[in-house]
Amino acid sequence: MRRCIVPLVTVSLLGLILAASVTDAINFYWQSVLMFMGINIILSTSLNLVNGNMGEFSCGHAGFMAVGAYVSSVLAVALFAPGGFLGGPYLPGYLTVFAFPLLLLAGGLAAAVTGLLVALPSFKTRGDYLAIITIAASYIIKSTIENVGAVGGARGFMGMAKITSAMTEVWNIPWMMLWVFAAVVFTLVVIRRYVSSTFGKGVDAVRQDEIAAEIMSVDTDRVKLVTFMLSSGLAGIAGGLFAFVLGYINPGSFTIIKSTEAMVMVYLGGMGSISGAALSAVAFTLLMEVLRPMQVGKWVIIPMMLILLMQFRPEGFFGHRELTDIFPGLRRLLGREESGK
Amino acid sequence: MESLIQNILNALQWGSFYSLIALGYCLVYGVLSLINFAHGDIFMAGAYFAFFGATFLLGKTGVIPPGMPGWAVLALTIPISMILTSALGVTLERVAYRPLRRKGAHKLYVVITALMCGLVLENGNLALFGASRKNFPTLVPQIVYSLGGVSVTNLKVAVILVAVLSFLFLHYVVGKTKIGMAMQAISYDRFAVPLMGIPTDTVIVFTFVLGSSFAALAGVLFAMSYPVLDPFMGALIGWKAFIAAVVGGIGSIRGAFAGGFLLGFVEIMVVAFFPSTFRDLIAFSILLLILSLKPTGLFGVARRTKI
Repeated sequence: MRRCIVPLVTVSLLGLILAASVTDAINFYWQSVLMFMGINIILSTSLNLVNGNMGEFSCGHAGFMAVGAYVSSVLAVALFAPGGFLGGPYLPGYLTVFAFPLLLLAGGLAAAVTGLLVALPSFKTRGDYLAIITIAASYIIKSTIENVGAVGGARGFMGMAKITSAMTEVWNIPWMMLWVFAAVVFTLVVIRRYVSSTFGKGVDAVRQDEIAAEIMSVDTDRVKLVTFMLSSGLAGIAGGLFAFVLGYINPGSFTIIKSTEAMVMVYLGGMGSISGAALSAVAFTLLMEVLRPMQVGKWVIIPMMLILLMQFRPEGFFGHRELTDIFPGLRRLLGREESGK
Repeated sequence: MESLIQNILNALQWGSFYSLIALGYCLVYGVLSLINFAHGDIFMAGAYFAFFGATFLLGKTGVIPPGMPGWAVLALTIPISMILTSALGVTLERVAYRPLRRKGAHKLYVVITALMCGLVLENGNLALFGASRKNFPTLVPQIVYSLGGVSVTNLKVAVILVAVLSFLFLHYVVGKTKIGMAMQAISYDRFAVPLMGIPTDTVIVFTFVLGSSFAALAGVLFAMSYPVLDPFMGALIGWKAFIAAVVGGIGSIRGAFAGGFLLGFVEIMVVAFFPSTFRDLIAFSILLLILSLKPTGLFGVARRTKI
């Protein structure tokens, strides 16, 4: 019975959100806030894998997001959109319902391959150098997209609205909400299982002491590579969702500011804590909405908060602890005593 | 041929800006092994301080009567901007970095603090002074010299000269003076240095003063060459200078200058032969290639980690 609690809660939450969206119990504005919350959860937990669990310093998360966003939306528009730029729809519109997860995964895969290219030169270099490589990579990605005229260049790319409307023609439910929710659940499950696997323990070992880990027969290069690819792949999925939720993307959406947002979420919640990263993504999204009337001021207040946090609680609110460590009752409820904490 | 020389001159000018900024990253990294991500915004602050200093001295604010000659304003603006910017840099060090260092916090937390300080400077500036761009007043009339088809302005020559002189000055300070040697000692072994009676904090403050004042110098020169200021001018140029510092081998003065000039050359040459939108793409690809071939940078020394 207890094993069923998590799936049950997840399914009922999804049902609740979908029902509320269909019946307009929550208006369009809050629906989009909810979807951005989901995207931010994916971004924050995936960056947390590299910056928190592995203790590296990657500042180019937006670049991988851009790869995912462009690959999945260009593929979708080319295959399904009527009057698409590669000579019309190759597949009927109702298939989008089934193909959408595949499109997202294709975007994620492309982002993971880009992550591989970025991670390779970082093996030989010291910790700080990954920061430079990722910054440079995100500039290279942004600049490449700007120079490819076929996907709109600096003007941006659109047409994703046709895909989402093709899905609603099949069945009129808020599809994007469903996909965001599914992707969040997928991300959380994948990251949780990855981190608690034997291979994933190597990630923690690399953070604590890379040389010692290597001596203890952890294949550090492989660990770094796989973790980096997983992280950037998930960022690509987040990027794909971002593209379809907004319906319009341009290279300017994926600047260093976007990467900084992801970093703020990770460090606010606490490094190396999945629940911390997810909750701080929720809190951050809400904070951005609450502070919206302040316009520029919010980007003074948020960094200030983080500076103060670093002074007084540098490990973040959770800091390598999960929600279940803070509330042991929760763990009993979830039936996770055997997880070996 | 003439356009080549013209491009080389432009590249030297841009290289000078990058070098002067890269220097600040390099000095702080050498001493604290901290990437001071706020440095690009310190450069921006230097340009803004120069703007306010110059408009004040020109009498536009009405406090002092107008009529001071341009060269005198410039001669006063440079030290004012350098002093105020150093004060800003030292304030950041005292308020944000030092408490963390005292607590023995992990280096990562200091880096995040630096990144956030940069954001505060950028957006604080935007919130205080608004998004309207500031036009830097012309202090010294530009004179264009033409030598066989190649045109050089006095400003361009001044920028390049200042960069070369700064290099010589810093090379002397870091290599020959007592405090410079203390800086090298701290970068070599941070724990043994206080035991030798060297006041670590003084040396660190001095490092920030040096780095910030040269960023201010770059800011003044940049504002004179491209007289439009906006709060985010330091962000992109700062990141680029940082990459230049790393490619040169972060922690070495020679490396910072070499990296800065290399980046300047690559960017100008790319623009000369390709469409200008390819600038970032090709420049960063070349820099990444250099880094993957020589991970410690051009002049960097590999440090072995001990367990």
